[in-house]
Amino acid sequence: MKSIKSLIAAPLAALLLGVSAGAGAQLSIEITGAGANRIPLAVPAFDGERIVSTALVSVVRADLERSGFFRMVDPGQNPLAEAAAVPYGDWRAKGADALVSGSVVSLGDGRYDTRFRLHDVPKQALLTTGGFAHSSAPYQLRATAHRIADTIYEKLTGERGVFSTRIAYVVKSTGRYELQIADADGANPQTALASREPIISPTWSPDGSKLAYVSFESKKPVVYVHDLATGRRHVAANFKGSNSAPAWAPDGKRLAVVLTKDGGSQLYTLNVDGSGLQRLGSSGGIDTEPQFSPDGQWIYFTSDRGSSPQIYRTSASGGDTQRVTFNGPYNVTPRLSPDGKSMAYISRDGGRFQVTLMDLATKQTQILTDSARDESPSFAPNGRMILYATEMGGRGVLAAVSSDGRVKQRLSVQAADIREPSWGPFIK
Amino acid sequence: MTAPLSFRSLSSLIAVVAVLAACSSQPPAPEQLPSGVENRDPNAVTTGRVGNGDGIDPLSMAALKDPRSPLSKREVFFDYDSFVVRDEYRPLITAHAKFLAANPKVKMLIQGNADDRGSREYNLALGQKRAEALKKALLLLGGREEQVESVSLGEEKPRCEEQSESCWAQNRRDDILYTGEF
Repeated sequence: MKSIKSLIAAPLAALLLGVSAGAGAQLSIEITGAGANRIPLAVPAFDGERIVSTALVSVVRADLERSGFFRMVDPGQNPLAEAAAVPYGDWRAKGADALVSGSVVSLGDGRYDTRFRLHDVPKQALLTTGGFAHSSAPYQLRATAHRIADTIYEKLTGERGVFSTRIAYVVKSTGRYELQIADADGANPQTALASREPIISPTWSPDGSKLAYVSFESKKPVVYVHDLATGRRHVAANFKGSNSAPAWAPDGKRLAVVLTKDGGSQLYTLNVDGSGLQRLGSSGGIDTEPQFSPDGQWIYFTSDRGSSPQIYRTSASGGDTQRVTFNGPYNVTPRLSPDGKSMAYISRDGGRFQVTLMDLATKQTQILTDSARDESPSFAPNGRMILYATEMGGRGVLAAVSSDGRVKQRLSVQAADIREPSWGPFIK
Repeated sequence: MTAPLSFRSLSSLIAVVAVLAACSSQPPAPEQLPSGVENRDPNAVTTGRVGNGDGIDPLSMAALKDPRSPLSKREVFFDYDSFVVRDEYRPLITAHAKFLAANPKVKMLIQGNADDRGSREYNLALGQKRAEALKKALLLLGGREEQVESVSLGEEKPRCEEQSESCWAQNRRDDILYTGEF
C-alpha cells in the first residue's frame, strides 16, 4: 500500500502536455506572519476511505492555514461525516467558530464523490454544502482539496479563494535557468523552459493558457510567447536592440513591450503574434515596465523623464500622460490590483527596495515589507496577497504579503535562487 | 544576489580559426591595403585572402584577438550613475571604429551591463543607455549603423556578485563582440 506521503508527492500525470515534469525541486512555503482576526476553524478527518480522505483533508487544512486567515483548532482524532449530527456545544468548547464535516464516497471504478458541509458553530447553522467527483490520482485529489478550501475560504471571508491557481517563477542554479510553474501551494513544479542563459519578466496571459517572457538565449533580450499546453512558443518581439518587459492587455490580444529599436527604451504595443507594432508615446529618457490597468484604459509604466525613476500612466488609446508617484527618489515596477483600486510597486527608501502599496483614490501609500531587496510584485487574482521576490540569507527567495501587510509567507527552493514571480489568473 | 558565478561562453569562431592557427607563427601582418590597390613595394608580403565565403578577411579578424592590438580590448567601464563614455577610451573607440569602417561586412554587438541594485527591467534600460552611448561614439568615428547592434544584459550576467563598490564598478560596463562571437 502506498504511503500517504508518496500519494501526495508523486509526480503529477501530464496535466500540461509538452511541459516536462520538473526535475524542479519542491517549492516550500512557510508562514511567517498571520492575519489580525483569524477565524478559529476545525477540519476533522473526513469519513470514508482512509488514504483518500487523509490526503484530501491535509491539503484543505494546509491551504486554509497558509492563507493566514484561519487559526486551525485541534480537530481531534475522529472523522466527522458530512451528514452526521454535529455536537455544536463540543466544538464551541474547543474554541471553533467554524467547522467542516465531510465524506469521501467510493463510486467504484476508482472514482469518488467527496461531499462536505461548512457549519457556523456559535449559530449552530449550516453555512454551505458542496461536493466534487474525482479519481484517486494525486493531482485530482489536490485539485479537489483546493476547490473545497476555496469554497470554505469564500464563504467565511467573502473573497474568492486562490488555492486552485498557479504561479510562475524563475529558478537559477549553477549555469542554469528554469522557468517553472507550480500550484499556488508550491506543489507540482513543472519546467516550461530550461536555458543556460537568463530568463526574466514572465507574465501570464489573462486566460492562463500562455506565458510571455524575456529570454537571453540569443545573447540579447527577446520576447517570447509560450503556449503551456503544447509547449510551443514563438518570438513576439526580436527587433534590433533590446526587447523586454511584456505585459498583456486584458483582452489577451495585444502585448505592451519595451523596445530600443528607435533609440532608448520606449513603449510599444503589438499583437500577440508580433504583428501590428505601434509606438506608445515617446520620451527622451527611459520608459519601461508597462502594465495595463484591469479595465484596459490605462498603461502604467516606469519612466525617468523627470530625472528620477517614477511611475506614470498614459491613456491606452494614446495621448494623456500623468505622473502617479511623487514621494521618494525611486518608484518603479507598477502592478495594479485586480479591482483597479490600488497599485503595488517598489520604492527605494534610504537604500532599501521595498514593496509599497498605493490607494489610487487617496494616494496614500504603505510600505508592506521590512526587507531591503524586494522586486517584481505580483497580485493574486483575488487581490488579497502580493507575491514578490526578495533576498534572505544571501539567497533569492519569493515571499508573499497580504495587502494590509499582516499575513506573510516565504517560498524557497533548496540550493537555488528563485526570482521573477508571476501569479496566474483564476481558472475559468 | 549571490548565486554561484556563471561563466560566459563565447560561441567558437568559424573555420577562420583553423586558418589563423596555421598562420600564427608568421610575423604580424602588415597594414592591409584596400583591395584593388596594387602594392608596389617589392619587400611587402603579399597576403592571400582566405575567407570562408562570408566576405570577411580572416587576417583582419586576427587583430581582434591580438593582445598587442587595441582591438583585443573589448570593455568600456562607466562611472556611477553615468552614461558618458570617458575620454580615456577615445583611442580604443577610434581603433574599433576604424576597424568597422575598413571591414564593412563585419558586425558588432555591444552588450551593456548594469549593477544589480533595483528593478531588473529598469537595470536592463540602464545597460541599454551604456550600450547606446558607445555605439554613438563608434558611429561618429566611422562605424556604420548597419554594422552595430546595441543591446542590454542588464544585471543578468554580472562579472561578480558582491555587494561592494568595486564589484558594482565592474558591472557598469559595455562588452564589444564581433561576428563569430555572438
